[in-house]
Amino acid sequence: MTPKVDPAGRTRRWTIPKKYVNSLFAVLLGLIAGAFFMLAIGRNPFVGYFYLFKGGVMNLKYIGQTLATSTPLILTGLSVAFAFRTGLFNIGAAGQMLMGGLTAIGLALTFEHMLPRGILLAVIVLGSIVAGGLWALIAGVLKARFNVNEVVATIMLNWIAFWTVKYGVYAFFRDPQQETQSKAIDAVASLKAPWLTSLFPGSYINLGLFLSLIALVIIALVLDKTTLGYELKAVGFNRSAAEYAGIKVNRGVILSMTIAGMLAGLAGATYWTGYSSNMQIDTSSLPSQGLDGIAVALLGTNSPVGVLFAAVFFGMLQSGKGFMTAVTGIPPEIADTIIATVIYFAAAAVLIERVLDAWRKRRASKALAATKKGGEE
Amino acid sequence: MENIVEMRNIRKEFPGIVANDNVSIELRKGEVHALLGENGAGKSTLMSILFGLYQPEQGEIFIRGKKVRITDPNVANELGIGMVHQHFKLVHNFTVTQNIILGRESKRFGFVVDEKSASRRIRALSERYALNVNPDAKIEDISVGMQQRVEILKMLYRDAEALIFDEPTSVLTPQEIHELMKIMRNLIDEGKSIILITHKLREIKEIADRCTVLRRGRVIGTVDVASTTEARMAEMMVGREVSFKVDKKPAVPGDVVLKIEGLNVLSARKVLGLTDFSLEVRAGEIVGVAGVDGNGQSELVEAVTGMRSVESGTIRLRGRDITKQGVRERIREGIAHIPEDRHKHGLVLDYTVQENMILETYDQKPFSNHGLLDFPEIRKYAECIVEAFDVRAGEGVDSLARSLSGGNQQKAIVGREIELDPDLLVAVQPTRGLDVGAIEYIHKRLVEQRDSGKAVLLVSLELDEILNLSDRIVVVSHGALIGDVQADETDENEVGLMMTGIRKGESA
Ligand SMILES: Nc1ncnc2c1ncn2[C@@H]1O[C@H](COP(=O)(O)OP(=O)(O)OP(=O)(O)O)[C@@H](O)[C@H]1O
Ligand SMILES: [Mg+2]
Repeated sequence: MTPKVDPAGRTRRWTIPKKYVNSLFAVLLGLIAGAFFMLAIGRNPFVGYFYLFKGGVMNLKYIGQTLATSTPLILTGLSVAFAFRTGLFNIGAAGQMLMGGLTAIGLALTFEHMLPRGILLAVIVLGSIVAGGLWALIAGVLKARFNVNEVVATIMLNWIAFWTVKYGVYAFFRDPQQETQSKAIDAVASLKAPWLTSLFPGSYINLGLFLSLIALVIIALVLDKTTLGYELKAVGFNRSAAEYAGIKVNRGVILSMTIAGMLAGLAGATYWTGYSSNMQIDTSSLPSQGLDGIAVALLGTNSPVGVLFAAVFFGMLQSGKGFMTAVTGIPPEIADTIIATVIYFAAAAVLIERVLDAWRKRRASKALAATKKGGEE
Repeated sequence: MENIVEMRNIRKEFPGIVANDNVSIELRKGEVHALLGENGAGKSTLMSILFGLYQPEQGEIFIRGKKVRITDPNVANELGIGMVHQHFKLVHNFTVTQNIILGRESKRFGFVVDEKSASRRIRALSERYALNVNPDAKIEDISVGMQQRVEILKMLYRDAEALIFDEPTSVLTPQEIHELMKIMRNLIDEGKSIILITHKLREIKEIADRCTVLRRGRVIGTVDVASTTEARMAEMMVGREVSFKVDKKPAVPGDVVLKIEGLNVLSARKVLGLTDFSLEVRAGEIVGVAGVDGNGQSELVEAVTGMRSVESGTIRLRGRDITKQGVRERIREGIAHIPEDRHKHGLVLDYTVQENMILETYDQKPFSNHGLLDFPEIRKYAECIVEAFDVRAGEGVDSLARSLSGGNQQKAIVGREIELDPDLLVAVQPTRGLDVGAIEYIHKRLVEQRDSGKAVLLVSLELDEILNLSDRIVVVSHGALIGDVQADETDENEVGLMMTGIRKGESA
């Protein structure tokens, strides 16, 4: 006879949400890969990792730096995750962030000597949100009205935003001393707050962190607790069923895209009028936070809390790599490689799930076979 | 006789439920073995285990007497087991041949896929079993019945010996069912063995040799079909006597609820699907729409519910013109709709049962307040429906809709729509995939709906259901209404004849 197994015990064991397990695996595999790279160049990975993580958290300056780096990642990650949850793939966070940033810089430089600080910051922040939202709205309308795939539309909009910023900054906000960047904004227009900076001296931490956390809470509430979130998720899961229930599907698509854009737009303000104080236009690439946002969303399993952890994790690697390099001489590219590998594995989460499933299956059938010992083979 | 498949003491659990509890079943060579049981009894689960989609917690499987472990569908294929799922798994913009060789071609070292010889072999198979499938047709261009045959060919192409059919007839028209029965006989004649899941006792009587009855995950017994009555099998399955006849008083039609005049509607293929169509449905009556599939039923339903716009004509609800209104306004005006395709329209499969129960009413009190969902109220409401309509699921209203058995999904949808207490209920194939006990209950609820003075528009391909349930029967053919008769003054023959396009009074 086969021994009785406790059903409750088994189900409990297997109900640890698989999606989090996958993310942790992705991180682990990324770290292991990074260790191999360090070994390959003849360094001790334990030492390397020690200084990498130490560099992310060793003192208030670095903690502040980690948080400051995480801030725009939280927002772009949230932007991508929100779009995902409502059935859209937002590749356009970079472009939306750029438009938000351009608007923020523009508003700051224009009004910095006219408005009191409180109102000025509100104008900058709201302006960036509106600009990002409008930019994404274009993709939403194209999708809803003309069935243009949002992936294609947002990629094109990214490059339109890129050139708009280049020429916009050059034409209107150019720094007379240095033509490859905008004028720097005055401290009064910056999201850096003296009290916050003095808490984490030497870091670029700014009020954007709180804005990103507020956005995170709002998005979590919208997704889980509101009729709006219910509608948008229904559209994302099953368009036909949403139509059947009388939900306005096209409106939903446009709205989802716009909200995603608003989040990325805000990321622009926190980056260029918070972390930084001007916009560089001598680059030839889109801001990395756009694509990193996709990784953050994937690793965070598209949930707001997951996005927070993933963004802080990436922020930590980013801010710790300088220290690791300084102490150990391991090139900072190793940290980038780790990030890339984690991204890669997060993206391959489906694959990982398969592997894990197969492994579970084998274990289950092994257990089954074990109970059969003595029976015919 | 040799057993081709033997499953012994199978146990399978899902969170909160034991789907298969010590189940044993054997399939003899050359027989059709029916699997009968209530919705959620564990039939699909058992067959998914045999096909390698699930691993049992306990139990063993023997194929041709040899003990095997079926870890995935590829292993099942190797062992000669094939399965036609309830919902087909075909790629729509691929041809028949491409679909059939999908997943097989890679085994020949990759890129050189010999489609020509595959196509030839498929044609030969199709002829041998009289399937009449064109290997070069695209899936999207062929009927559901044909798609099913493609699934059958897929199994034959892989040399399957034991063929599993999971509710193959629930998506077919009566004519197609008839043909499927013939195909199954051909298969048996060619030495195949078949496990058939169905809720239709008549089909079991017609084709099966033996029948195993499941109830709540356990085997109640295996019977010899020839020496068992339909009533006996139904009783074994639900544990009580089942009435096949709908018990109802004569209708007392009241005011006109739905009035359609001169309606012209384009079909999905942009031709007129409904031409100059007029129809009245009164309060307190069930009007059945009979017709061969694809004769304007979908266009009628979509026009009435607002999912498709009309070219000309008017639709009135209780005298109010709703022709230009959207879906949501019409729901608020009192139209509910049990859709034909439960996965496409009826459910958000990734939502829980309770979330699905408020699909049309989430923005209304008490389910939400100022845009905030009220979860305790939603749960309470969903639990009521689940209770009343006997929707069985492992984790109750917290189960994902996807995890429910097909019949329980259907019960949930029907429950949701009836609970809206609409003035007009548009019910399309409301009992598709339900067990006889559930059909009895749903029919009772539909009649109750009528008795409380509501109008019901019933669209079904099953003539039995139309004849049993309707007070008045209208017949559609080629998008036109060609017959309108009182149900108690007609019979199967007359309606059947009209369905072929011959008007009443005209002789054939
Ligand atoms: N993947 C799953 N996750 C959780 N529960 C499941 C899953 N699949 C099936 N179940 C549960 O197992 C039970 C048996 O389901 P199954 O699909 O086998 O029923 P069935 O006999 O085929 O019913 P029907 O006639 O309605 O198709 C049901 O209660 C169902 O909710
Ligand atoms: Mg089933």
